[in-house]
Amino acid sequence: MTQLQEDAAARTAGDATPPTPVLEVTGLEVGYRTRDGEVYRAVRGVDLAVQPGEVVALVGESGSGKSTTAHAALHLLARGGRVTGGRIRLAGRDVSDLTDREWQDVRGREVGLVPQDPTVSLNPVQRVGDQVAEVLVIHGLARRREARRRAVGLLGQAGIPDPAARARQYPHQLSGGMRQRVLIAVAIAADPRLVVADEPTSALDVTVQRRILDHLEHLVRERGTALLLITHDLGVAADRADRIVVLEHGVVVEQGTAAEVLGTPRHPYTRQLIAAAPSLASGRLVAPAPPTAPTASAVAAPRASAATPAAPAAVPPAAPVLELVDVRKAFPLPRGGDRREVVAVDGVSLRVERGRTYALVGESGSGKSTTARLALHLERPTSGSVRFRGEDVTGVRGEALRRLRRGFQVVYQSPYASLDPRFTVEQVVAEPLQAYGIGTRAERAERVRALLHDVALPADALRRSPRELSGGQRQRVAIARALALRPDLVVLDEPVSALDVSVQAQILELLVRLQAEHDLTYLFISHDLAVVRQVADEVGVLHRGRLVEHGPADRILLDPQQAYTRELVAAIPGRRYAAPAAHPSAAPPATAVPHPTEEVR
Amino acid sequence: MGRYILRRAAQGLFVLWAAFTIAFFVLYLLPSDPAALAAGAGGEVADVDPALLDDLRARYGLDRPVLVQYVDALGGAVRLDFGPSYQSGAPAASLVAAAVPQTLLLTGVALALAVVGGVVLAVASVLPRSRALRQVLSALPPLGVALPTFFIGLVLLQWLSFRAGLLPAIGNVGWQSLVLPAVTLAIPPGAQLAQVLSRSLRGTLGEPYVETARAKGAGRLRVQLGHALRNAAIPAFTMLGVMVGALLGGAVVTETVFSRVGLGRLTVQSVNAQDVPVVLAVVVLSALVFVVTTLVVDLLYPLLDPRIERASTPRTVAA
Repeated sequence: MTQLQEDAAARTAGDATPPTPVLEVTGLEVGYRTRDGEVYRAVRGVDLAVQPGEVVALVGESGSGKSTTAHAALHLLARGGRVTGGRIRLAGRDVSDLTDREWQDVRGREVGLVPQDPTVSLNPVQRVGDQVAEVLVIHGLARRREARRRAVGLLGQAGIPDPAARARQYPHQLSGGMRQRVLIAVAIAADPRLVVADEPTSALDVTVQRRILDHLEHLVRERGTALLLITHDLGVAADRADRIVVLEHGVVVEQGTAAEVLGTPRHPYTRQLIAAAPSLASGRLVAPAPPTAPTASAVAAPRASAATPAAPAAVPPAAPVLELVDVRKAFPLPRGGDRREVVAVDGVSLRVERGRTYALVGESGSGKSTTARLALHLERPTSGSVRFRGEDVTGVRGEALRRLRRGFQVVYQSPYASLDPRFTVEQVVAEPLQAYGIGTRAERAERVRALLHDVALPADALRRSPRELSGGQRQRVAIARALALRPDLVVLDEPVSALDVSVQAQILELLVRLQAEHDLTYLFISHDLAVVRQVADEVGVLHRGRLVEHGPADRILLDPQQAYTRELVAAIPGRRYAAPAAHPSAAPPATAVPHPTEEVR
Repeated sequence: MGRYILRRAAQGLFVLWAAFTIAFFVLYLLPSDPAALAAGAGGEVADVDPALLDDLRARYGLDRPVLVQYVDALGGAVRLDFGPSYQSGAPAASLVAAAVPQTLLLTGVALALAVVGGVVLAVASVLPRSRALRQVLSALPPLGVALPTFFIGLVLLQWLSFRAGLLPAIGNVGWQSLVLPAVTLAIPPGAQLAQVLSRSLRGTLGEPYVETARAKGAGRLRVQLGHALRNAAIPAFTMLGVMVGALLGGAVVTETVFSRVGLGRLTVQSVNAQDVPVVLAVVVLSALVFVVTTLVVDLLYPLLDPRIERASTPRTVAA
């Protein structure tokens, strides 16, 4: 350890005059060969410098080339990727023309990488201690036995409790957060000058994310290591970075200190990113004023009258659309374990009122998805009851359940996985109508067109395959499908967490507008409190299967009473520059662009 | 662990019983008359003295109702007594036991060749930097799978024995006589293994943990042998049990082509002569080999992949 510090000190002293950047990228061009033999230019003329001890955030949405830029700095481009121009210098040394063999000495030794998804980035059949020790062995810094001993120390530094015992465990025996700490230990093992962290926490829960980032920042600051942080999350960049570089379509559109970029953004794309980034300060989205002209669906309605489900007239107006009364769901565990069963949902009661949005928040394993499945009758509660439109429907099955299902529809997290790639968009949206035999063929076609118009998709999307659409457009298709049967309740299971921030904002605006136009009732499942803030009327916080706190969104999010809720709220990134970030977006963006169009990727 | 093995042993016994039973009734339903075959008349009842046939039927118990014969045979099989061979009169079990060592040697050598050759070929098909070389090497396994055993055997015989005279063509004497049959027998399962393993390796090389290894500064060899191979071996390992079965089946053809004494040839002879006791003994032995191999493979799995835990393995107490 002392040796490491001396090394770092000596290095810093050497670099003091003149300050040589740890990483200097000039005019970087990276191309990927596509299947039809053309070259897709993912990175176009990127200039970037990271000074010793500095934390630089590289921010952009998917396809912006941020990950490609970072991987180019380690010469670790994906198959088909090639640096076609520009220079890369590491601590003043031009590494652009190194051979593969020479790069092996650079990777791990001079530049460490913290990869994106810790759950798949460790070798599943090797003990984690050995995986850390390997770095030292590869670079001849220690022999096997000595390396193992030092690996334990490194795991401890990465914040793993009882590192000697953990070092002997396999990755699957550790939680996601612990695995990311192992990967941090790998990245810092050889004491590199630069650590590249590629979305290091986007696969983790917010509270874990905060602890990991705190620790990573502390480690690099303590060691004088520079950190290049790749992130799509402007809030993370705001909280952690000295300087921020904004990438769009492979081009740097803006860079400067964090305060400059976030406080006085000059480029429209940066402003758009900041406006789209949700935060607690932004408030609930408001739907645009009711349109004076009849909406598309209103026009379509008379013609598609056969398609209109019977209005739930018999229901007294006071009854909540969905009511869960003390529901409990336990799953049996295989025999031989320590426990007989795992309780996913433990006595949850909630009411979702008509026309309102109830948001259920919690981290992975909190039981929020199981609760959603209980509400959708995809699971049966072990005990407790589910009431729908005032009726107890807990035990409904068979044909009665099929009729009931018409009243509640779902939008899933990943629009990439939830749409059948063999269907056209029209078939996807028409399927629920067909399943319930609603309307004639022509009426169904008319209804599908009206629905696509409602979700602001162009009419020519009808005949296209979901594969040809962007993530945001696919999610619009999924929403149209969910609305096809005019359900009483729409369950939105993490509907925007797979999307880029700007697309996320558009989808949230769409959901709010549709709710106002069609008096929809939402059960909104999310781990992201800032997103919840934008749509929720009521919030319930789930922790280990129990509802620890619930009430009006403003009170829960701005004045949380329970310790766990407070921890969740505190973990939301983007607090450092919260005020300036909120400023330009304070006006509800939904009013600005009622029918936002999206770029096809 | 003890309970797991006990449960698997019970399953294995069921498999043995089922194999015996199916084989017994299939053999019983065959059209020709074993007594006539034993009398040396090629199954033509008309040519043989009926008194002799009755005598033979009585001696082998063939005149009794089929269920009685079955129960009797099953009882004998439990004591490893399959009765006397119709052809030679010697106990079927000892005939089989005498043939086992030669076949065991042949299949053992072939298995080793198949595993070593398959792994080497699979690694070789992903290791070279040259894309063209990788593609040529990747094309070899499908070729090996496509070629039938007897064809490879005949070609090897033609070239190495008859033309070059390097190795003996037939017989059981000396290690030289083992080379050609073992190679012949090893090629199809070895090629299959290479195919599965090289596909699995290519998939594994795209896994994020392989990128982590490369980011550590690991070279090609370390990445492919140290990280990818063990992970890729897990699906290929499943094939091992199937491979042993394929080798036993292949031994029938190989021993015939190379005129070797062994279980394969004994099986062919016994089936032709409808020598029910010997065939039953062979069937039970093959089933036993299957049961034991799959059990061994399953027990070795957790050693290869720490994520697989036997449910009844005592767990380490969580701190």
